[in-house]
Amino acid sequence: MSEAPANFDEMYAEGGSVRPAYGGYCEWYDQQDPSWLKRKHREAESNFRKTGITFNVYGEDEAEERLIPFDMVPRVIGAGEWRRLVRGIEQRVSALNAFMYDLYHRQEIIRAGRVPQRLFQNNAAWLQQMVGFTPPGGVYSHIVGIDLVRTGPDEWYVLEDNARTPSGVSYMLENRETMMAMFPELFSQVDVEPVATYPRQLANSLAACAPPATKGKPTVAVLTPGIFNSAYFEHAFLADQMGAELVEGSDLRVMDGRVQMRTTRGFQPLDVIYRRIDDEYLDPLTFNPDSMLGVPGIMDVYRAGGVTIANAPGTGVCDDKAVYSFMPEIVEFYTGEKPLLPNVQTWRCADEDSLAYVLDNLEELVIKEVHGSGGYGMLIGPTASKKEIATFRKKLQATPENYIAQPTLALSTTPIFTNSGLAPRHVDLRPYVLVSPKGVDITPGGLTRVALKKGSLVVNSSQGGGTKDTWVLKD
Amino acid sequence: MLGRTANGLFWMFRYLERAENTARLVDAGLRMALTRDHTKAKEEWRSVIVTSGKKSAFEAKYEDDYSGPNVWNFILRDKENSANILSTFEQVRTNARLVRNVISSEVWEAVNISWMQLQDDLKRPVAQGNLGKVVGDVRRAGMQVHGAMAGSMLRDAGFHFARAGTFVERGDSIARILDIKYYLLLPSLSYVGSSLDTGQWDNVLRSVSGDRAYRWLNAGEIDARGIVEFLVLDDRFPRSLAFCHSALRDNLAALARLHHSEGLCNELMRDADTEMSATTIDDIFDTGLHQFLIDFSNRNSAIATAIAEDYRFIA
Repeated sequence: MSEAPANFDEMYAEGGSVRPAYGGYCEWYDQQDPSWLKRKHREAESNFRKTGITFNVYGEDEAEERLIPFDMVPRVIGAGEWRRLVRGIEQRVSALNAFMYDLYHRQEIIRAGRVPQRLFQNNAAWLQQMVGFTPPGGVYSHIVGIDLVRTGPDEWYVLEDNARTPSGVSYMLENRETMMAMFPELFSQVDVEPVATYPRQLANSLAACAPPATKGKPTVAVLTPGIFNSAYFEHAFLADQMGAELVEGSDLRVMDGRVQMRTTRGFQPLDVIYRRIDDEYLDPLTFNPDSMLGVPGIMDVYRAGGVTIANAPGTGVCDDKAVYSFMPEIVEFYTGEKPLLPNVQTWRCADEDSLAYVLDNLEELVIKEVHGSGGYGMLIGPTASKKEIATFRKKLQATPENYIAQPTLALSTTPIFTNSGLAPRHVDLRPYVLVSPKGVDITPGGLTRVALKKGSLVVNSSQGGGTKDTWVLKD
Repeated sequence: MLGRTANGLFWMFRYLERAENTARLVDAGLRMALTRDHTKAKEEWRSVIVTSGKKSAFEAKYEDDYSGPNVWNFILRDKENSANILSTFEQVRTNARLVRNVISSEVWEAVNISWMQLQDDLKRPVAQGNLGKVVGDVRRAGMQVHGAMAGSMLRDAGFHFARAGTFVERGDSIARILDIKYYLLLPSLSYVGSSLDTGQWDNVLRSVSGDRAYRWLNAGEIDARGIVEFLVLDDRFPRSLAFCHSALRDNLAALARLHHSEGLCNELMRDADTEMSATTIDDIFDTGLHQFLIDFSNRNSAIATAIAEDYRFIA
């Protein structure tokens, strides 16, 4: 059933036997009538349409709403495997938060010569306004998404850290809801860890970082740019699930040293703002003066302890791929341990030797922009045309410091459902991590993104990737 | 609740009501046209356009060609008619998205599914054979959303903002239908009591789904005065001005209770109440129906403006 496994196949071992984690699922799958499964496949899509689980696509007619294709074959992770991942993620996330504290305070890691000064000097996400300030609870990145890829039974790599505003968690939750609605019997046969606790944990985790000015139970709100934002569905969903307000900048005003929201009863102070708008739009008085999305004066209130902003402004420094390339050093420096989850080997094109190597091996490598995201502005050497490679060569020579390069990984595959049965496709995994003064919480599961095109390594939803439910098995 | 959210709920239900009333108007137009000869039919369709307030926009495109398909497609889906039913319903959905974290998933899905259905219905021009179905879909959308709301929403401020939007809009559109129909049908008034043009009055009733209730109450007797009395003063009928008025009064009173304070809207509502409860059908015809309806609409929109201000709908 599976094609020649040049890549690690998560469901099937060599010789076609089913790996242990998938045992329960495959047993169920083999008993299903293929035409019934096909019907279910169509049903899933119409269900997503009805509930309006969509994302907006910019630059299309009237911000067209699209579905992220859903694949109904779950991605399964065994309990032991998950425990190992959890340890690695906890370590990494703790290091990330310690790194941010250090970067905005004494910069010990730079003094110690473990990372270069240019790491923050050239970093577009670095915020001078955060220097010397400690966010409530000492937490910088409250919600973190760590993108993982797998290349073998025990080989997991961190592909990317999303410390600023990781999205997609609503898909993790809705994918599970859809699976439970479509295949209830499956969940009585296989013991899967629930993910539905996420919104409550998020609410608790945010409340635990309430600012000093809070009186009584903290009031939490989700700050969205509005209904035209591509992730608006997720913003509304999370507010709904947490029982929090969904606010826009125009609802908020700084009064009496607090950020207050305009309610039908007058203005009421907000304690914690889970913002889903970028730093530069947060406060027109501090950042982009033309922005209508933010709240004038919110940064002053923040610095005076009147409000918690999650994630903290300036956390974008960690999304930078140049920082990523130093993560092994960063983890070691703050935890005193070797990283449990390795980085993908990365060449920094800013280094002359690396650049020379990269230019000689463009056809083999993946080149990424240091500040880029979402699969834009990258070159995938093995599948690129000669012309694309030539264009990228020029870009690299002009501004090498803007790029890093990585080997083309043999990403693992898991099967997707197609009309002719199961077929392997490449996947990655984004577990969601919550950080509060009480500790680190990782929801057992995450968002598995899957390339729907055969052989494709691009899993981003903006580039036609899909998602599937992610199961972490109970022991 | 956020002022913006209250605003979103209020307008979500205003647009929902508007789409439904416009669909009822088209339905009545179709019925009238079908019972008339060809020339008269165009007159009926013309009156539908006039009632919807789109005469100049329509004539800018079609001049005086008031053929049925021109009229109903203009009202249902024409981009040159900014108030076409499809875009009105899109406004319902946009507002529903805005307030999605305070409406139940049943309400949201009723809106979203109806929206998908209407988009499909109105992809291309609607042929006569399909008009009844399309109009039915719009009316059903309204029923489903109201039903989902009745069965699943918390009776908090949001519920009352939604209901207030419904009844402000319904009162407004009934007053408009009555005013224009009365004006158009004025010549027939000299025949009050005769059977002439009772067909038209019957269609006025149909456009607010009041024909059956009216016949039941009046044993089949149809005359202008009786119909006006029914549609203005009979507070048992959910599409009469008196009903809208008293429902709105209740919603505003509930909002004042929930907010522990009254606003200008409550004050204006009390004035309107005093006025309405003292009015008889004789008063209405003495002062003139047109003047009465104008006064009603003005009060209605002053109350709507006061709601927006009292509850901080906009910054």
